[in-house]
Amino acid sequence: MTKNVSLTYREALKMAIREALHKDERVFLMGEDVGRYGGAFAVSKGLLQEFGPDRIMDVPLSESGFTGAGIGAALAGMRPIVEVMTVNFSLLAMDQLFNNAATLLHMSGGQLNVPVIIRMGSGIGRQLAAQHSHSWEPFFAHVPGLIVLSVGTHEDARGMLLGALESLDPVILFEYTSMLNLEKEIPEDSGVVDISKSKVRREGTDISLITYGTGVYKCLEAAEALEKEGIKAEVIDLRVLRPLDEATFLASVRKTHRALVVEDAWKSVSISSEIVSRIMEKAFFDLDAPVERLCGVEVPIPYPKHLEDASVPQVSDIVEKVKKMIKP
Amino acid sequence: MIKFLMPNLGADMEDGVLVEWRKQPGDFLQKGDIIADIDTQKGLIEIEVFDEGVLEKILVKEGQKVPVGSVLALINDGKGEEIRESSGDNPTPEVPKILEPQEQAKTKSTEEHRIKISPLARKIAESNGIDLTLLKGTGPEGSIVKEDVEKAISERIANKPVPQPEEKTKEAPEESVNVSRTTSDSIRMAVAAAMSKSNREIPHYFLEKRMDMSKALEWMKESNKTRPVQKRILPVAMLIKAVAKALDEVPDLNATWENGLQRKNEINIGFVVSLRSGGIMVPAILQADSKTVEEIMETLNDLIPRARAFKLRSSELSQSTFTITSIGEGGADKVFGLIYPPQVGIVGFGEISEQPFAEEGMLGIRPVVDVTLSADHRATDGLIGSRFLAALNKHLQNPESL
Amino acid sequence: MNEEEIKKTVFQLLKNIAPETDPSLLMPEENIREALNIDSFDALQFIVSLCEKLKVDIPEEDYGKTSNLKSLIGYLIQKTKG
Repeated sequence: MTKNVSLTYREALKMAIREALHKDERVFLMGEDVGRYGGAFAVSKGLLQEFGPDRIMDVPLSESGFTGAGIGAALAGMRPIVEVMTVNFSLLAMDQLFNNAATLLHMSGGQLNVPVIIRMGSGIGRQLAAQHSHSWEPFFAHVPGLIVLSVGTHEDARGMLLGALESLDPVILFEYTSMLNLEKEIPEDSGVVDISKSKVRREGTDISLITYGTGVYKCLEAAEALEKEGIKAEVIDLRVLRPLDEATFLASVRKTHRALVVEDAWKSVSISSEIVSRIMEKAFFDLDAPVERLCGVEVPIPYPKHLEDASVPQVSDIVEKVKKMIKP
Repeated sequence: MIKFLMPNLGADMEDGVLVEWRKQPGDFLQKGDIIADIDTQKGLIEIEVFDEGVLEKILVKEGQKVPVGSVLALINDGKGEEIRESSGDNPTPEVPKILEPQEQAKTKSTEEHRIKISPLARKIAESNGIDLTLLKGTGPEGSIVKEDVEKAISERIANKPVPQPEEKTKEAPEESVNVSRTTSDSIRMAVAAAMSKSNREIPHYFLEKRMDMSKALEWMKESNKTRPVQKRILPVAMLIKAVAKALDEVPDLNATWENGLQRKNEINIGFVVSLRSGGIMVPAILQADSKTVEEIMETLNDLIPRARAFKLRSSELSQSTFTITSIGEGGADKVFGLIYPPQVGIVGFGEISEQPFAEEGMLGIRPVVDVTLSADHRATDGLIGSRFLAALNKHLQNPESL
Repeated sequence: MNEEEIKKTVFQLLKNIAPETDPSLLMPEENIREALNIDSFDALQFIVSLCEKLKVDIPEEDYGKTSNLKSLIGYLIQKTKG
């Protein structure tokens, strides 16, 4: 029987980076303050001392420049892990990501793979206000050629980077800064995660809660509360936002006949929009109720704690919504 | 008070559009009156009423599409307010016995809005023949959800000691209201559905017998001489009458297979009419055994043109107890039919042609017809089928007593 | 009634029975029922309508003379004269 170990989300991310650096000498980490400072969120603390400046590389304040350099290194046979401090800065690197990383395989007639990994801190919840609290998974998930992952649990923090290393295509990893200090238990032997599949985090028969990122723990907590009221909710962690693993959530909807999609991102033109569309297209006749969504309120994210909390779905919102859907 | 229901006009019918009410509230109704026209896969059908009384209330608007078994109207038969089902002999097996207060049924059906029901609940209701108009929704916005339909199904089982109506089969075309679909397309679909069901569910056995038609044709020729051209008969009229008489002797073939063999009191012979545009219609010659050959010919003269113009009445489409298919002249020598469910037999007549025929040690040229019987082996065995063919032959050899 | 009028009537009556066909394209010796795909019931209806329209009587033993256009028209001319 495997033992569980308790660790923070930050520690899990760091373990993954260390393992990657040990496993494959082509791997190196580059990003603003990842070396001497130990990372803006202290994820890479101590790695410079352990692996040296060739593999833990501080870069100038130029997202477009260093993301481009990462893509170049990947083209040249390396396996760079590029840390973009937070997702808001990724806008400066979007040309490199969308016009180069995502297209080069196609434009070279299949000759050039771009095995770069982009890690980004993202999400709401640390009172960082309107410019540093974005949930921009939908932007990236829109673009063919990218693999977009959302690290919603400690297990995935431990294993998704390793799964991404096996990909020959560019992978965008969304990590959540609000979860860095959160401590959870994971099996001691946790390792590589299959980055092509969604994961059923909890089984249930009455409703499918389909979510990703920070929504996963919220939905699990809501499911726990609903269980006490006799409602068995199934929790699907999408975790792969592109290409979507629709088989998993469609199978769940076919079983429960109801679905609620939960995400922090703004509601319009979001991941949930896509999930709902797929359900309509492929599981319409299995539905016993309209599919519902709980998403981010469509405003710039406010600074005050109580308003910040109110701008994304909370556990109590999920519980209430599910109860209304099942017992109107 | 009597509920007047959407009749089931065949194994393949799921619903129909009420095109026109021929009677209005307050009109007195007699058995056999045409109460409404309904557009079905088989064209516009005149629907007859089987009860006497006064049309109390119309519950379905003209132009509305309603599933088989829905309550179309209430008829006041002067026997009190209690609501009963029509005494018509073709009530559908699909009627859910969910007794709801009359008021509710009325308001629901007359509501302008469409019924709010989840896609899943609709799917389950349709495959179980549940009348949506009688359900009360408990889901979001008062919609009918899976649980409501399942409750109705379990209540039906509880209220109905007789076996379940046979589960609707999947081959029926998916609910798609394709307005542009032509009648001949929908007839094609209806034939496809009924024949798929037949071929899948009925274990057919086949018998064949060659019959001498010389006496029958001779008799026909002689009797036609005395008839004006409009009254002349065709061989098929004699064949139908002979089949009816043979069924009278072998009643196990004049039956349906629905939870066992159900013999029918009347001998109503469905006659396959091919349409020039493709497809077939099978109108019934009601009580063929008690009609003379001349009357059968008159019935055909009336039925065949109406079948081809899609103007049949409900009783003519729904009440046949046995089927005849006939190839006629210039066609194949033999025809092996597929039984029209839930009937248990179909007889097929090939072309009447001159053939060498041996009898009493002599060889002669005779007009003969090859007759086949396809029968349901669940209902009868070959011996019964064989007796039927022998009886049929006997009657064809005695045309004057047909 | 002359030959043309009889022909016209015959074509009209055949067209009533087999509306999707063009009876005027029939060859003189072609079997009418086979060519236009007319069954025994419709054949009888055709003869009934001929009798009514042309006010003639066609006994059953003469049905054979109605099988193609050439013999049918000839037969009807003779009948209508009488």
